[in-house]
Formats: sequence, C-alpha cells, structure tokens
Amino acid sequence: MNAGANAADAVAFILLIPVIAGGMLAVLPGYRLTARLNVGASLLTFLVALTLLWAERPAPGAYLLVDDLNIVFIVLNTFVGFTASVFSAGYIAHELETGRLTPTYLRFYHAMYQIMMFGMNLAFVSNNIGLMWVAVELATLTTVLMVGLYRTPEALEAAWKYFILGSVGIALALFGTILVYMAAQPVVGEGGEAMVWTTLVANAAAFDPALLNLAFVFLILGYGTKVGLAPLHAWLPDAHAEGPTPISAVLSGLLLNVALYAVLRFKILLTASPGALAPGPLMVVMGLTSLIFAAFMLYRRRDIKRMFAYSSIEHMGIIVFAFGMGGPLANFAGLVHMVMHSLTKSAIFYAVGHIAQVKGTQKIAEIQGLTASHPVLGWGLVAGVVAIAGMPPMGVFMSEFLVVSSTFAREPLLAIPLVLGLLLAFGALLLRVTGLAFGAPHGGMGRVEGSHLPMFAHLALVFVAGFYLPPPLVAWFRHVAALLG
Amino acid sequence: MGGLAFDVAHLLAGGLVLVSFMMLYQDRLYALINIYGLHALALTLSVAWQAYIQDAGHLYVTAAIALIFKAIVIPLALMRIVRQFGIHREIETAVGIGPTMLAGMGLVALSMVVMLRVTPDADPLAREDLAFALSVILLGLLVMVTRRNAVGQVIGFMSLENGLILAATGAKGMPLVVEISVAFSVLIAFIVIGVFLFRIRERFDTVDVGAMDEFRGEKR
Repeated sequence: MNAGANAADAVAFILLIPVIAGGMLAVLPGYRLTARLNVGASLLTFLVALTLLWAERPAPGAYLLVDDLNIVFIVLNTFVGFTASVFSAGYIAHELETGRLTPTYLRFYHAMYQIMMFGMNLAFVSNNIGLMWVAVELATLTTVLMVGLYRTPEALEAAWKYFILGSVGIALALFGTILVYMAAQPVVGEGGEAMVWTTLVANAAAFDPALLNLAFVFLILGYGTKVGLAPLHAWLPDAHAEGPTPISAVLSGLLLNVALYAVLRFKILLTASPGALAPGPLMVVMGLTSLIFAAFMLYRRRDIKRMFAYSSIEHMGIIVFAFGMGGPLANFAGLVHMVMHSLTKSAIFYAVGHIAQVKGTQKIAEIQGLTASHPVLGWGLVAGVVAIAGMPPMGVFMSEFLVVSSTFAREPLLAIPLVLGLLLAFGALLLRVTGLAFGAPHGGMGRVEGSHLPMFAHLALVFVAGFYLPPPLVAWFRHVAALLG
Repeated sequence: MGGLAFDVAHLLAGGLVLVSFMMLYQDRLYALINIYGLHALALTLSVAWQAYIQDAGHLYVTAAIALIFKAIVIPLALMRIVRQFGIHREIETAVGIGPTMLAGMGLVALSMVVMLRVTPDADPLAREDLAFALSVILLGLLVMVTRRNAVGQVIGFMSLENGLILAATGAKGMPLVVEISVAFSVLIAFIVIGVFLFRIRERFDTVDVGAMDEFRGEKR
C-alpha cells in the first residue's frame, strides 16, 4: 500500500517539477544558471519517472493513470526531454554568441520548454479524455511559440502554418472527444465518469457503435494532423526546419508520439466495442499514404532539417500502418518502432544541430565531407542515418523487420507498397548521407561546442535494442499489443 | 414546455449556422469582424438557453464568457488592429462567392446526413444540436480555406471554436471541458492577436498571408 502511494507521488512530481521549473525559468536571468536549471529539472523529472518502473502502480483515478501502455512512454519522454535539454544548453550558448537569440527570448524559451514537457507528461498520464485533449493542446501551443522563436520571416510562416493546421486538428479532436462522451453518456450516465478512460473501456461494449465510429474518424483526423499523417502533414517540415534544433528533436521524438498515443487510446476503445468499425483499414491507408508520399519527397529535399522531418512522416506512416494491421505481432512491432524512432530521430537532430552550427547553413548542397572535417560528428550522423534507414544491427531494423514479416504472413499484397516505400526512403537517405559525410570537406570548419554525449547515448540504446530488449519491457508491450487488438 | 424548449434551441442553433453562412460572402474586413460578433452573440443565446433547459448553472458562465470576450472584446480588439496597422480593408478570397456558398450548402447537408443517421437513438435535442454544431465547424473551416488574409483565417478559426462550444453544451452534463475549452479559445485568441499579428505586421508590413509565401524556405 505504501509503495502504491509512492507511485502516485511520483506521478504528481512528474507533473509538478516542470511547472515549478517553468515558473522559475520565466523569471531568472542569466544564461548559465537557467540552462543548468533546465537540465537539472529535466534530469530530476527523468529520475522520478524511472521510479515508476519499480513502484507499485496506484489504482486509476478520475484524472490520472499509470498502466503498461503509458509507463514506457513516460520514461522515454522524460529521458529524451533530459538529453534534449543537455543538447539545448550547448546549442543555445552558440545561438546567443551569434546573436540569433536575445536574453529575453532565452528566458521565454526555457520556460516554454518546461511547460511543453509538462503538457506532454500530462497527456501521457491522463485518464480523462478531456484532460488528455487539454494537455495535447497545451503542448501544441507551446511548440508553436517556440517554432516562431527566431522571428525570421521563414520561422513566422512556419509557426503560422503550424498554428493554423494544429488548431484545426485539435478542434476536430475535441469534436471527436465530445462524440465519445455522447456515446458513453446513455450507458455510464451524465457527468465526469463518462470521460474517464478506464470506465469507458470497461463499458465500451454497450456504446452505440455508429457514434463511436464517427468519433474515431474525427479523432484520427484531428490527432492525425499532429502525428503528421499525409495529407495533413503540411506543417511538419516547416516547423522542424525553422525552429531551434532542440525543438525539432523534441517535436519528432516526442510530440508526434504523444499524438499517436492519443490515437492508440481511442483505438483500444473501438476494439473493446464489438459492433464498431474496425479502425484497421483506415489506419493502414493513412499509414501507407504517408510512407510512400514521404519516401518520394525525401529525394527532392535541399534542407537537411526538412529532409529528416520528411523521414519522421515516413516513420509515423510505418507505425500507423503497423497498428492498422493489428494483431499481437504487428502491434508489438509498432510499439517498439515508436520507441526506436524517437530515440534515433532525436539523436539525428542533435547531430544536425551541431552540423548546422559549425557549417553555418542547413543547405545539403553546402555541406560535404563531414567525416573528414568533424570525424566524431560525421560518423555519429552516419550511424544515425544507418539506424533510421533500417539497416541491421540497429533496433529500427528489428521493428521494421517485424512489421514487414507480419504483413507478408497475413496480407502479402499490402507488403508490396510497404516494402517499396521502405526501399525508396532507404535509397534517398543513403544518397544524401554519402554526400553529407564523405568527399572533400566543404564549408565551415569551426569546432563543435557542446557535448556529443546525448547523441551517442541514444545511438547506444538503439544499438543495444537491436539485440536485446529487457524482459519487463517485452511483457508490457505484449500486454498492450493484445489490448490493441 | 418540452416542445417550446426544443423549438427555441433549434431556432438559436440554426441561427448560428445562418450567421456562419453570412461570413462566407463578406469581402470587407470590418463587416467580417461585425459578423463574427453576431456569431458570438448567437452562441451566447444558444448556450444560455441550453443552461436554462438543462438547469445547468455552470453553462451560464460559458454564456457570459462568450458574450463578453467573443462578442465584445475580441471584435473591438481586431478592429483596433485593423485600424492601427492600416491593413487592407478588402479581403482577397481564394474562391469566388458563388462556389463558396454552394460548397457551404453541401457541407451543411453532409453534416445533417452524417449526424442524424448515426444518432437515431440519442436525445433529439442533443442530436440536432450536434448536427448544427458540425455544420458550424465545417463552415468555419471553409471560411479559413477561402480567405487569404490572416485576420480572416483567425475569424474562421474562432467561428469553428464557437461550433465546438455549441456541441459541448448540447452534450448533456458534459463535465469540465466546457469551461476549459472556453478558457482555451480565449487563450488562442490572445496568442493570435498579441503575438502573431503583431509579429507578422512587424516583419511583412502586411497581414496578407499570400505575402508570406515568398519567404518559404527551400527556394528552388
């Protein structure tokens, strides 16, 4: 019982630390102090989140919940939040030196960083579909402000586009949430209980299936906009390219996962209701469209951050496809791929952030021979791209292999476009990375400021995951995969 | 009472859809802002009536916020922005008025067909309310799509938000979200007005989103 209370405390701390840190960072002056505080607060949140893995879980409350599905994502979220804050400290120091950021904006940036972490953590632990919506919206609004941080015309256009598309998506998701409430209300009764996720799943069998179907269409369109599924992806490359790079890493690595997690919660709800439409075909089509579209778009990219943003769309497509296929194996692969993608892609963005700073440009054509001029950075990028392109022995290969093999076993015809998309993306990424990493060095030769540690920590984890996944993790994912149907 | 309550709710929600239609053919900024004020007023009446027939005190708060912020403060603030910054008073529309109106009618028909078909067993009041709300949301989207002007897009988005609040109040006994969504819509409005329009103005000397296109990254 005592341990249970501790886990409840841990959840409270995960939410409280970012809020308090955000408030402090908004008022404290000075770069050194605030960057350290940002790192410290993120580390503390991560350590508290780690205790969740061992502590006995509290019973689901009216608002908060810890279960097999979200526990991994909370830990992942706080971990990447921590490494990104370490990377951000070095990155921001350089931006201050070059005068792209002023101290006032720096304060704003750090405060927003913590508020964004709060929003994402809240979205993961919320047991109430209304609260989850609010949390996703909060995370969206803070990232909009951060994307526009540099106030260049490009950054403002990116922020505006992100804001408009993100708000429309979030509005559609709210309508879907209201429809779920309408479906639940005759069964569960009026009031707060009809928005509690655990209650909803327990009673889903009695809900009106037609209303649930309609709700799911709105929810997948709404949250799908935030996942970056084609054709609702237009905000994603701009937002990644124009914002500060730590934010690109967090956007790709974490925020897309948050939106996808929301979709998964509702998918479980639909699976629990036997009369409702199978969400599979819709997700398969959206996933494949995103994958193939992004794979083709990868060839025409001239901006390095934009290229990896399209690669994120591609991977989100693979993941949504896997969940659409359903079944224990494909769902398991989808969950593993979510984790692997988030670690690998944020590592790549850390590398890209350093590259853009030493070379002073994001244009692919102007960057060459990184392995010669900056060996550590260059080989780090190569390792990251090898991982994200799905080559063995990295973890991404394992999850992609699972997706492809389970598709071949069940729907061989669907495997053709899937493999085609994967190969296209693979070719595009390798083509570009050879240009970036090899050949005669070209462009700025400055020294890299800041640590390479975050990047290599992520890559090491992805490498290890290619061979070995901890048994508790496998057990949790198996359980969730069964729930997902 | 049951018949009257239903008819009045129907009238007010239908009025909101009509005002949404009025937005579609405005080609002047001031007129569009005024119509938005009217839209918020229609929402206020509709929410207040729902509060009365559902006997839900907290919905009066929602109605009051809709009246004060959406019908008065935001239109006045937008007018001030337009006047101070000397934004073009005429709105460039991406599509002609005729096709836009036809598309609007199509969207309303679509939302009726969709919503009424899937909710045959629901409370008739709630289901018609939802159908109207979906129409308002889709019309708001249409306004956003057909305006090339940042202020026009913001107004489209805020009318969409009004549709959401109509839906949330129509769903009987829905907790918490009504207040929170109102707080959020106000927050969004502030962010838009305070940060974006100001910055866009600072950088572009125009609030025409079309002017931003030339700044797109990745020029060929």
